[in-house]
Amino acid sequence: MSSKATALRLQVESALASRVASPFEYRDRKIFETAPTGIPALDQLTGGLPRGSLTEIYGPPCSGRTSVLISALASRTAESEVCALVDARDAFDPHSAEAAGVKLQQLLWVRCRNIDQALRVTDLLIQGGGFGLIALDLSDTATKTVRGVPLNVWFRFRRAVENTPTIFILVGQESNAKTCASLVLRLRAEKARWSQTAEEGDVEGATLPHSPGILLDGWKGRAEMVRARAKDPEWMRQNVYVMKARKDEADFETEAIRNHMQEFQLRALDLQAGIRKKSRGGAGTR
Amino acid sequence: MAFASIFVPNFILQAVVRAEPELRECALALTDGNPPLCKVVTMDEKAARAGIQPGMTKANAEQFTGIAIRVRSQAEEKTAHAALLDIGWSISPRIEDTAEDAIALDVAGLSYLFESEEEIGAELARRARGCGLTVRTAIAANVETALVAARGFPGITVIPAGQEAKYLSELPVEVLSPSEEIAETLKRWGVRTCGAFAELPVLQLSERLGQEGVRLHALARGESARSLSIAEPGLMFEEGMELEDAVEELDPLSFLLGRLLDQLCARLTARVLAAGTIHVRFELQTSAENAIDARKSVFFEKHAPGLYETQLQLPIPTRDSKMLLKLLRLRLQFHSPAAPVQKILLTAEAARPRATQNGLFLPSFPDPEKLEITIARITNVVGEGNVGAPSLVDTHRPGTFRVERFAAPVRTKRGGKKAAVQERPREFFKISTSFRAFRPAISAKLEMEAGIPISVVFHGACGHVLAASGPWRTSGDWWQEDFWNQEEWDLQIQFPLIERHNAAFANSLPSDGLYVFYYDTLRRSWFTRGIYD
Repeated sequence: MSSKATALRLQVESALASRVASPFEYRDRKIFETAPTGIPALDQLTGGLPRGSLTEIYGPPCSGRTSVLISALASRTAESEVCALVDARDAFDPHSAEAAGVKLQQLLWVRCRNIDQALRVTDLLIQGGGFGLIALDLSDTATKTVRGVPLNVWFRFRRAVENTPTIFILVGQESNAKTCASLVLRLRAEKARWSQTAEEGDVEGATLPHSPGILLDGWKGRAEMVRARAKDPEWMRQNVYVMKARKDEADFETEAIRNHMQEFQLRALDLQAGIRKKSRGGAGTR
Repeated sequence: MAFASIFVPNFILQAVVRAEPELRECALALTDGNPPLCKVVTMDEKAARAGIQPGMTKANAEQFTGIAIRVRSQAEEKTAHAALLDIGWSISPRIEDTAEDAIALDVAGLSYLFESEEEIGAELARRARGCGLTVRTAIAANVETALVAARGFPGITVIPAGQEAKYLSELPVEVLSPSEEIAETLKRWGVRTCGAFAELPVLQLSERLGQEGVRLHALARGESARSLSIAEPGLMFEEGMELEDAVEELDPLSFLLGRLLDQLCARLTARVLAAGTIHVRFELQTSAENAIDARKSVFFEKHAPGLYETQLQLPIPTRDSKMLLKLLRLRLQFHSPAAPVQKILLTAEAARPRATQNGLFLPSFPDPEKLEITIARITNVVGEGNVGAPSLVDTHRPGTFRVERFAAPVRTKRGGKKAAVQERPREFFKISTSFRAFRPAISAKLEMEAGIPISVVFHGACGHVLAASGPWRTSGDWWQEDFWNQEEWDLQIQFPLIERHNAAFANSLPSDGLYVFYYDTLRRSWFTRGIYD
């Protein structure tokens, strides 16, 4: 049998010699080096953001796309990497980014007016090289406009970052890069979390039982891994129970950042509530 | 041997040739003066053989074929002299700025670097060629002898100590630079050479020619001894060029700028310095303004040149002329001069070149020079002020920030006790709710009930408020004209399906959205600041 197999193999190799080199040679699956997103649930789901390839994060507004992007930027800048953000509609907020841990002096922010500028600038940044992460934020660009971008643009970007340590992230409302992306995450918001300082309980689901102390605490989001070509077999073997249990989805929570006036007024309200308690001996409302 | 001298023969001609190296191949004559009294002041050997003579008018000189005629340029002479000084400083820290076309150097101690005096002279000549000048060098035991020998002898001259008189004896007395009166007197006496002059008795010479004659006598004998008058090295490097015909297109202008940058970088390299900032100044050709001088009743044209100024601020000092030219081209493409360029002046502020050694295990980092070019290209696409590093401003005014020039951060070694204390470990980072801003803020209308928003209308869509947090009042800068006073709300809004499709908003509205609205009490209007995402 083995001699027949060998003869058959030689016959096939000679027949394909002019078209395919080494047709029976085993090719190792390319293993991507990854970097953490900064969100443990997502890192466990995906194994991290793959370097040298395109990652696509999409979802409707308020689904947590920007939070995931900012978390990735914070994670990379914390490791002393230089990052670039191509902001197609000038929506980046430095205050919330800095509060999330992004080192702003290591972030190159490009404020564009339209998608053409954004694509040209992205091309220049990728060709320049040396960035740990390049993000193209098309979240606020009309979906019709983004759909008009030919697929070969994303393919060209993917090829340009190949064999480099650069993480390229594309953020949008729907999936546009398709098979050009090595990792595709779809995000959706689950529910917002509200709380208040007084003892009036959680107002979630109620219709405006408003009190001066009610605060947005954050929200829960769900990330679904639509496509992942970047995982190495060992990671997949170790995490197969996660994938089976959660069906390639992960939940994560965000925490709202208090601004200075909220902090100040909350402290004032707490103080007033404390004083009223002492004077009346019970809970009081304004 | 202690002193060297560098002399540039036919200095004003070489200053022009330095700016246009292709003129070395052809016969060249320089003119000076105001037209129509423009006359030839100097020429090279080829032009002299062709028949050009000093004092000839420009019109006569133009009759000769194959002669390139240029106007004498004070700006180019100034930069050529500065280049000469840089050549001297590249060899020795003690130099004397003797004349426009000559300098003297103290070369004591250079024997540790060079094997012989001839090698010192050859190195000086080589560096001068790198800066576009052909020079004569001389080395002697005293300054004056070196200066005289450099003027008199071509190539490299080394005069051993004690033999100054013998070497200088063959030179004509003109190399001593006597005054006209003394030169005339010497001519009448039949004294033609330094040797003949040196044999004259000094006592009688002093009676007839005075102290000046005694000084010249000592020069001719090689006995004059004096110390150097040290010149202070400057840190500003200038290269300029005056153009006969104004240049309008970017390509020919880039060619000229490239040449000037090459010369600038060659001088910086000679001084082991780099350019930290490049100032660019163009004098532009503007339309002639006609004016009448009432006193003289003469009609004349008065040209009022416009100016174009810009500067390149480099994050890291560099002396790469190609990179500087690329940056300059990108700047000119983005912000081009309004008129053809008549005169160019480049000034470089020198700084110590930065030497960095990259570690093997540090994260990837953009090359600073490539990054500067990339940022310049991006600026051409998105405009000034739209690319850089964001920076927060120390104020409570919402949404205030600055975009600063992006500079490659100083690379620090990761790890170590100090790093562990200063940087927060990754596991302590929380996932914060990020915010997307609407710039500019979108105008909105809110319906209130008992002081709480219950519905909103913005961008043509009407939504119901599910939850509200606020009002969070903030105000500031009341002592200034642009003070603010706002009431901010965090609102959870639900948009009905039909409203989402009809909305004029560029994007699809979410089923539930977390927005930030604020009421501007000064403008008495509601606005949407942005959305949580």
